[in-house]
Amino acid sequence: MAAAPSTSPLAPLPPALADAVRDDASLRRFLHGLPGVDQVGVEQRAAGLATRSIKKAAKMWAIDTAISMVDLTTLEGADTAGKVRSLAAKARRPDPDRPDVPRVAAVCVYPDMVATAKAGLEGTGVHVASVATAFPSGRSIMPVKLADTRHAVEQGADEIDMVIDRGAFLSGDYGAVFDEIKQVKEACGDAHLKVILETGELATYDNVRRASWLALLAGGDFIKTSTGKVSPAATLPVTHVMLQAVRDWRDLTGELRGVKPAGGIRSTKDAIKYLVAVHEVAGPEWLTADLFRFGASTLLNDLLMQRRTQLDGHYSGPDYVTVD
Amino acid sequence: MSENRISLGKTETRIPVAKTYKLYIGGKFPRSESARSYPVTDSKGAFLANAAQGSRKDARDAVSAARKAFAGWSGATAYNRGQVLYRVAEVLEGRREQFAAEVSAAEGVGAKKAQALVDTAIDRWVWYAGWTDKIAAVLGSSNPVAGPYFSFSTPEPTGVVAVLAPQQSSLLGLISVVAPVIASGNTAVVVTSQDRPLPAITLSEVLATSDLPGGVVNLLTGRTAEIAPWLASHADVNALDLTGAPEAIRGDLERAAAGTVKRVLRVRGGEDFGREPDIGRLRAYLETKTVWHPMGV
Repeated sequence: MAAAPSTSPLAPLPPALADAVRDDASLRRFLHGLPGVDQVGVEQRAAGLATRSIKKAAKMWAIDTAISMVDLTTLEGADTAGKVRSLAAKARRPDPDRPDVPRVAAVCVYPDMVATAKAGLEGTGVHVASVATAFPSGRSIMPVKLADTRHAVEQGADEIDMVIDRGAFLSGDYGAVFDEIKQVKEACGDAHLKVILETGELATYDNVRRASWLALLAGGDFIKTSTGKVSPAATLPVTHVMLQAVRDWRDLTGELRGVKPAGGIRSTKDAIKYLVAVHEVAGPEWLTADLFRFGASTLLNDLLMQRRTQLDGHYSGPDYVTVD
Repeated sequence: MSENRISLGKTETRIPVAKTYKLYIGGKFPRSESARSYPVTDSKGAFLANAAQGSRKDARDAVSAARKAFAGWSGATAYNRGQVLYRVAEVLEGRREQFAAEVSAAEGVGAKKAQALVDTAIDRWVWYAGWTDKIAAVLGSSNPVAGPYFSFSTPEPTGVVAVLAPQQSSLLGLISVVAPVIASGNTAVVVTSQDRPLPAITLSEVLATSDLPGGVVNLLTGRTAEIAPWLASHADVNALDLTGAPEAIRGDLERAAAGTVKRVLRVRGGEDFGREPDIGRLRAYLETKTVWHPMGV
């Protein structure tokens, strides 16, 4: 490992964790020493919490909270400046008919669109998030990944969504992944770092738990499930495992780190299931856009339609919200 | 225990298979979200089966399914729609006896009269199947205009149509209101006759096993007065057929439909479905699009 823990800009870790990041071998020992995930148990618990019925005032609160947690995302090869501008307009005022709808948390774009998004969101408090480090595969050399990150930060990105090198992680080279995250974190400067684990490629819940801890140890401010380009993307059980990780991290260090499920969350019903999981697994202090986000593009429209249904007393339709 | 045993050869000891039917939404047969069902009786009050009692959320799901199916169905060629509908008629024909028995039980008519109603219903379906590729020629036109343009008008389907099926005529009436909706390329959410839903349920089994794409027709059994207001006010429904609407709420339904500018067909259920049909019901769910195309450029 290149970077010694003493150069870390973060608060000093408690002894148990500081020992874990001393060298490759102790990192491996720590990650493999984490308790295994009870697959049946976590899936059952996730399914059980998902049956909870949230109605009326609580539902209205959940919808508004979910809207304020959305990272409105466009990550397509076909993105244009016009599309990013219209997305920024939507982030500023999600439902033009109803000014009381909260703004979304951030707009998430590719690095070359950061300046466009930044201009469109000037003075609104809506953050600009940028993916970086050879998103979505993460298959590039370190200098390119760091340059990618610095470019996004220079353009004004408030948050960086990096992908980890899943190949290195799966072949057991935890030190490489740790260094990678650490270097990107340094390149981020003041920008928040979200670490995308791409859980759809990690194969087991145990790996998700290890990757979560690895990202937390290396200084990621958020751990994020997926790029949205791989199926399966975010699932409730995987998000449970990650929420457990940030909760345990808080218990050990007192620091609050965030979780962002991304990809495949399309309906209000799904979003509310995630909020229930956040409340029950991590705790109510995580129910804020600073610590929990939804990476989504179509979810916002469904949230807006559901909000109208609650207020108007009749069902709304996709003709009444924007296409993107 | 012994009386519960099926004794082969002694058919009188066999217990009838009592049915609990489900809804038909998006090509699948889900239970009602509300988990309710209600008993269906014949015209004399004897128990026939249990039908699912659809709720507003089932109606919402049905509208989503119909919206999803609309692009494919309205985009299919008229010829293809005609073929699909004709195939439905073939499958209907194969279930003639079952339909006749259900119509007879539901409407309290004799076997012969029921058979005649079923035959007319199947003929009606074939009649509408034939119209799919002809209606554009009848309702469309090329328009003489004073300018260097080729101006033409074509009828286009309205979208998702909510149909309140006639309460009395359980099969012929149902087919007479559903076939014209889908023949012209619309998709339908149908609330079946409240007290006589069995022929409609069997129709859904026919539709599911023919070539009709899932979601083009969605059938909801249940209380019409409970489901209809949600369909009338739903912003993603484009037209409303009030044929089977309860008299007491017709005005409210029309007002709710006006809130999102729906097309409303205000026919009352008392019409005689046995008479020779015309293209009025086809025309009701079509919108005319006129295109001005420059010439000589």
